[in-house]
Amino acid sequence: MASQASAVKVPSWPTRLRQMFANEKAVAYLFLLPSLIGFVTFYAVPAVRGLFISFTDWNMLSDPTFVGLENYQELVVDDDFWDALLVTLSYVLWNIPIQTLLAVLIAVMMDRLTRSIIVRGIILLPWLMPNVVVGLLWLWMLDPRLGIVNVGLETLGLDSIPFLGNPDYAIASIAGINVWRHVGYTALLVFAGLQTIPKSIYEAASIDGANDWQTFWGITLPMLRPVLAFVLVTSVIGSFQIFDTIAITTQGGPINATEVINWLIFEQAFERFNMGYATTVSVALFLILVVVSIIQMRLLRADETD
Amino acid sequence: MANSTAQAQFRGPTRIVMWVVMGIVIFITLFPFWWVVRTGLTVPSRVFTDTAALWPADFTIDNFLRVLGFLDTTAAVEAGGSGQALKFFLFLRNSFIVSTLITVGQVFFSATAAYAFARLKFPFRDQLFFLYISALMVPGIVTLIPNFVLINNLNLTDTFIGIVAPYFLMTPFAVFFLRQFFLGINKDLEEAAMLDGANYLTIFFRIILPVSKPPILTLAIITFIQSWNEYLWPLIVGKDEGVRVLTVALGIFRSQTPQGAPDWAGLMAGTALAIIPTIIIFMLLGRRVLDSIQFTGFK
Repeated sequence: MASQASAVKVPSWPTRLRQMFANEKAVAYLFLLPSLIGFVTFYAVPAVRGLFISFTDWNMLSDPTFVGLENYQELVVDDDFWDALLVTLSYVLWNIPIQTLLAVLIAVMMDRLTRSIIVRGIILLPWLMPNVVVGLLWLWMLDPRLGIVNVGLETLGLDSIPFLGNPDYAIASIAGINVWRHVGYTALLVFAGLQTIPKSIYEAASIDGANDWQTFWGITLPMLRPVLAFVLVTSVIGSFQIFDTIAITTQGGPINATEVINWLIFEQAFERFNMGYATTVSVALFLILVVVSIIQMRLLRADETD
Repeated sequence: MANSTAQAQFRGPTRIVMWVVMGIVIFITLFPFWWVVRTGLTVPSRVFTDTAALWPADFTIDNFLRVLGFLDTTAAVEAGGSGQALKFFLFLRNSFIVSTLITVGQVFFSATAAYAFARLKFPFRDQLFFLYISALMVPGIVTLIPNFVLINNLNLTDTFIGIVAPYFLMTPFAVFFLRQFFLGINKDLEEAAMLDGANYLTIFFRIILPVSKPPILTLAIITFIQSWNEYLWPLIVGKDEGVRVLTVALGIFRSQTPQGAPDWAGLMAGTALAIIPTIIIFMLLGRRVLDSIQFTGFK
């Protein structure tokens, strides 16, 4: 009798577990816990800590010393920072327009020419490759003496171009390499956008006698605006953070011609161990990206649909 | 199947011109891959002389054997290479361990979190979700340095745990992506199961997960490929050979090659080997990757 009574008061483990799994809040907390630990440990706390480190002078060997806004004052007058920002901007300005225009062209071709899954697969292939692989293969293809691109130019009777070896060409060449890697992915996003345009609109236009060129400017492009806005905002954010390709090919050179913001941060943090200053630059990059994104959203009216 | 989507087709001469342009695009996309293989299959000395040969000038598989460590160094140096080896199988194994751990952990724990956000009620749910989403805006480099400091303080550099940790429990994107899908699942099944006395755990494992197989697989493929391609994080926390992944290994291989006369044949053989796993995954699951691109546009 006594044992039975206690069994009622204190349910057995399986019963208690079952009760817990029927409790909405308990399950919610249980399910959320791992991701919350991950979020707090590797996103939330580091973001705050990054901000904190940017107010210190710290080489990781001794304790950080609080220096207030000193790093930020240094940043404002640091030529290296402004140079890096200019180099990054010039990379973005080479990369984004070419990539986006080509992507729209390829997407329209896929839409109006062939929907073959094999063609789409080929187009996407470079995007699936590690940046390291892409960097290595173009480093070889663009080699000033032996690379096939320059060998080809010479065969055509043209002068060879020191793509990655000349400060005047280096950043545009890096941008070109990344256009090669990203254009297929972007084209597939645009292609997906094209699929949402109702066929009836094209039919109506063709009854009115519109040609390919007119339907492109009159229908396709305006209807694509939301997709294009999304593609532009995300690819500009990504473009500002270029690192891998430069780490593999030019490493900031020749003569700082490819010293982009992320390369500057990497050097400051992991080669000179100026943790405070490195995080200051990273906070600045974050603020720049916020401003750039807001401007883009405004210009593209990205939050509105037609 | 008749579909109602845009079917405007190029016709007449425009169509021919457009096919030519498309042909050029496909050529530019594929040619570099051939050039990697072609260079890797050429005897190193001939790489420097027969620069325009479209086919390996002097066919050999020695570069591959050497990079894999199957060829002793003196023979390789005699053949004109730098004799550098790449412990390919070790680094392949490391890449595999890292990518698999990240994929399994991230997808599973993001799925449980996404289910909580999509279906369960708890205080501050929407605020917390908003916090998760806002982390998508923060550039990776901002959290990179503090994360490195953390992993370093915990003495976890040069361990698989250290390389995997930041991606193992969640990424904001994975939670967002799966929540979006879970929200679209019809609630009838769950409600019927509830009436039959099923608890939330049963519903998650018996209903939600099985119904969500396609998006979960999609997320898993994308997560795997991205972990496989990751460079900067494993570069700063995992240089040690025991945990070095392929991308980092290739970077080091490149930096060690002689500056004046780089070992292009060896480098390209290594590059070709690094490409193979991705190509295999893509051949097996390519259709799913392609179909998912419109979904995952968020990246």
